[in-house]
Amino acid sequence: MDSSVVTVVGPLPALHVPDGFLNAPVSAATAMIAAAAVLVALRKARGELDERTAPLAGLTAAFVFAVQMLNFPVGVGTSGHLMGGTLAAVLVGPWTAVLVLTVVLTVQALVFADGGLTALGTNILLLGIVTVLVGWLVTRMLQRMLPQRPTSVVPASFVGAWLSVVAAAGVFVVLYLLGGAVQLPLGALLGSMLGWHALIGLGEGVITAAVVAAVVASRPDLVYAVRGLRPALQLRDADGVLHPASPQDAVAAPAPHQRSSTRLVAVGAALALLLAGVVSFVASGNPDGLEYVAGQQGFLGSARDHLFGQQPLADYGEVGSIPVGLAGLLGVIVTALVGWLVFRWYARRRPEPVNDDVNASV
Amino acid sequence: MHDMPAHVKIVATFAFVLVVVLTPRTAFLAFAWYAALLAVVAVRARVRPATIARRAVVEVPFVVFAALLPFVALGERVEVAGLSLSRDGLLAGWNIVVKGTLGVVASILLAATTDSRALLVGVQRLRCPPQLVEIMAFMLRYAGVVTDDMRRMRIARESRGFTAGHLGHVRVVAQSAGALFIRSFERGERVYVAMVSRGYTGRLPLVDDGAVPAGAWLSAAMLPGLALVGGVLAWWLAS
Repeated sequence: MDSSVVTVVGPLPALHVPDGFLNAPVSAATAMIAAAAVLVALRKARGELDERTAPLAGLTAAFVFAVQMLNFPVGVGTSGHLMGGTLAAVLVGPWTAVLVLTVVLTVQALVFADGGLTALGTNILLLGIVTVLVGWLVTRMLQRMLPQRPTSVVPASFVGAWLSVVAAAGVFVVLYLLGGAVQLPLGALLGSMLGWHALIGLGEGVITAAVVAAVVASRPDLVYAVRGLRPALQLRDADGVLHPASPQDAVAAPAPHQRSSTRLVAVGAALALLLAGVVSFVASGNPDGLEYVAGQQGFLGSARDHLFGQQPLADYGEVGSIPVGLAGLLGVIVTALVGWLVFRWYARRRPEPVNDDVNASV
Repeated sequence: MHDMPAHVKIVATFAFVLVVVLTPRTAFLAFAWYAALLAVVAVRARVRPATIARRAVVEVPFVVFAALLPFVALGERVEVAGLSLSRDGLLAGWNIVVKGTLGVVASILLAATTDSRALLVGVQRLRCPPQLVEIMAFMLRYAGVVTDDMRRMRIARESRGFTAGHLGHVRVVAQSAGALFIRSFERGERVYVAMVSRGYTGRLPLVDDGAVPAGAWLSAAMLPGLALVGGVLAWWLAS
């Protein structure tokens, strides 16, 4: 929504599964798992928000929906937006968050055709349940290990949000292998998906932590994850200035975000390539740098009709699973590049997201 | 089309998409038949092709994924325009693009002919848990309010000379998002208190005015029904 923004990189862009992406048995199975989890969440959410569940969860859903349209600058003209699973879990509790994400995803499928109708169960499982539960569990675990302060939730939610995205990508790969109806190199798919989402997840983590930090700083009583920890007592003097009663709580911990975007991109790219590389090494059983490079050339040879056919190691590309290594890296790079170009064009064409339907009808 | 009960339309769309998803990917004629059926629906519902095209952009990431499949998938390889591609990957990519597109277009036609109020009643008639329907009702009712709130914050930021441009600005935008959450949550509490003072007990009384004429079910069933017949026929011709 910010005018400087030219690119929209949605965290989990490849996880809003459309119809026909997974076969019918896998879609049905994920739908049943999702339905069961949502029914459990319906019962448990009452414990988090009591009879106020519907209005508060509804407003939180509206918030998540709105914040997904808010673009955050990432640098070099790119921006990302939030999926919000971990954010919702930290703010309103995991079970309510499951309901909130379920409703947001259902509305997106029915009103915005975003995510297929027959894939709704899959999408709820991936984006509404896996992200919420992983994000929540990791955040809670880290909160136990960190100092018992409300501000500890900020770094904890960063890691939680990051891992939640990676976990969702991992589950996605498993589902695709089960129901994708195509023979794919497991290592490459896992490597590129995990690598790419390890990078995207950093954005989700930074934004989640920054939003949580902002809420904890002003209204710690609203944050579900710090309910057990008493918020710092504050005294207001005659001028209306707040004074913290205990000095160690005076300064809120800064959000653990990277100030330099080039550093973030470099670290993320290194992570993505490392993951793609490492996993394919494991898959190919050739943990040798030289052979790996040979594999890259070999793959290029087979993909570009033996352009590199004269290379001494060209036929390595035809045997075993060595091409897998490059396939993974290529997947990361091509997806990044094509996505960037397409979204750049798209964002230029349409400055404001489509929202008239909701506005018109409420 | 526009005045058909929402739950009938949801069931018909779902059944149609199910038929599409279950169709074997090599039954090429069947997909042409499905596309023709959707075109007829679009014309009858007076949904402009531009509207469909504009909203189908959500599918783009998967088209990219599908386009990569022929290059990375394993198995028998074929020559296409000088490129060595996986036959299996080509079919899988085609499968994703064609089924995804048909599903997206069907969903767009459903959304374009149903307002969100009708959608809620439809979802409720389909035995969706009432609590979930209520959350959805609140979300749809306040999505516009919260989005406008967000827009006002952006205008406030920009009128003070701040325009988010790089990652260092994430903190400012995130603070706005944090404030947005606090405002939304507090609004929810006020809405709740206002409702309690008007006799709210944790359940909304939902008005349900009953039966759907059999004709509506029959005309709605034509889409998935014709799709099924055509799909089976095309599959039989192909095999």
